[in-house]
Amino acid sequence: MLIELKNVTHVYEQQNVMALDDVSLSIDKNEFIGLVGHTGSGKSTLVQLFNGLINPTDGKVFIDGTKINSEKINLKDIRRKIGLVFQYPEHQLFEETVYEDIAFGPKNLDLSKEKTDKRVKEAMELVDLDFEEFHNRSPFNLSGGQQRRVAIAGVLAMGPEVLILDEPSAGLDPKGRERLIELLYYLHQNYNMTIILISHRMEEIARLSNRVIVLDNGKIVMDDHPRKIFSQRQKLQELGLDIPEITLVLNKLRNKGFDVRTDLFKISEAKNEILAELRGKKNVN
Amino acid sequence: MLTDITIGQYIPGDSIIHRLDPRMKIIITIILITALFFIGKFIGFAFFLVYVISIILVASLPIKKIIKGLKPVLFLVLLTLLLHVFLTKGGDVYWQWKFLSIEQEGVFTGFFMVSRIILLIMFTSLLTLTTSPLKLTDGIEYLLKPFKRFGVPASELAMMMTIALRFIPTLLEEAEKIMKAQKARGADFESGNIINRAKSLIPLLVPLFISAFRRADDLALAMEARCYRGGEGRTRLHELSFENMDFWALALTIIFAVFISFF
Repeated sequence: MLIELKNVTHVYEQQNVMALDDVSLSIDKNEFIGLVGHTGSGKSTLVQLFNGLINPTDGKVFIDGTKINSEKINLKDIRRKIGLVFQYPEHQLFEETVYEDIAFGPKNLDLSKEKTDKRVKEAMELVDLDFEEFHNRSPFNLSGGQQRRVAIAGVLAMGPEVLILDEPSAGLDPKGRERLIELLYYLHQNYNMTIILISHRMEEIARLSNRVIVLDNGKIVMDDHPRKIFSQRQKLQELGLDIPEITLVLNKLRNKGFDVRTDLFKISEAKNEILAELRGKKNVN
Repeated sequence: MLTDITIGQYIPGDSIIHRLDPRMKIIITIILITALFFIGKFIGFAFFLVYVISIILVASLPIKKIIKGLKPVLFLVLLTLLLHVFLTKGGDVYWQWKFLSIEQEGVFTGFFMVSRIILLIMFTSLLTLTTSPLKLTDGIEYLLKPFKRFGVPASELAMMMTIALRFIPTLLEEAEKIMKAQKARGADFESGNIINRAKSLIPLLVPLFISAFRRADDLALAMEARCYRGGEGRTRLHELSFENMDFWALALTIIFAVFISFF
């Protein structure tokens, strides 16, 4: 078990808000988890517990079997292992050059110059930024999408085993979103990274994840394979969530009397299903 | 943490304190701050503390929050205390080691100054806690009006002040968020010597300044889009007007101020 939470409760004292309420959860190596829930359901709080940025008010968090909320634990070690990309990560850029900014993480880990160099190059290659072209430029003169990629590279350069992303596609254009999805897919497949993706875009979640966790009011209300989750349209809507658009189309077709499956969320799958249904009809007629 | 700072935060409510005219509240604050500096004995501070606490109770403000709000100034308070305890001489000598000594006068002045600072901060935070920034600006603008003929840009100053007050909590929140993001990248804000610690603030301060400038830009644009062009010829939706209550408050304040100034 890579990440394990036991009866974790977190209360924000100042606002007196219970963000998480007795949450137990375990995450295995190489899972791709979609974490969804409406605004204020506790998603961001949950992921900050994973790398010890906040401590639970009650309950325990284990990473690789070690309890992380005690004095003795080296949090830097945990944070290297578990990379967290915050919402709008480009707002954290501060260095004079792209290279320096991406190297911030590796340097904090006291890596040697050569290793840092290698990490930065690799991270930039992953996020599709040409090293020669960009490493000496100021991060503040880049476009929003490029800045976001620099910020993500900054986390990747730490060599995390788990990558957590809090709405990484918010504010990106369609092309940027597509690139990001490809990157996450690639990291999951080729680097065996465990990925936890927070997103409001159900298409992304449906395409990438092999497990979806739904939070509502600080509790886990659903935790299942995306196919099972997205076939429960009614329940999701009650929780203030959508289903992928293509699944919605299938649902509507079904309501109109077409006998199609409603647990599909890939466009190619849906196309085949609709075509099969139409051909079937023709044959009957 | 950072967001504990209460200065500049407003807690909405409908108490008598909340409903007082902002101009009167500012005047009262100024009078009592002045009186606070005339107090010469601890008993005066005790009276003042009772007064502050009764306001907190009447306005039903969360006492815990106000006490927590003092945390950030703890350093200043401790520094004041230590400086006085060690540097002010006079009276009985309690303790001596080489050139260092603690003497009666020093201990007394130390605690005296500390009480003054704590009360000052608690009391001034009451003004912003019970007055919405909008009303506060109106009050400031009105009170500065007489100085306009000497070239004081009253409405602009008032606007700047409101904006500053309004953005303190926002920037603190932002600072906390950036801090977390840098910590996630292995940054360490807590350990090391003072030079290293100062250096470790760069990854926090640079993004914070950038975001502040971005916000300022956006805000200026939004204000212009709504035709803001300074205070000239601007009318208001809610005109300020003094009620009987305000004059009672003023009268009580003056009596109280005179009373505590004797101690």
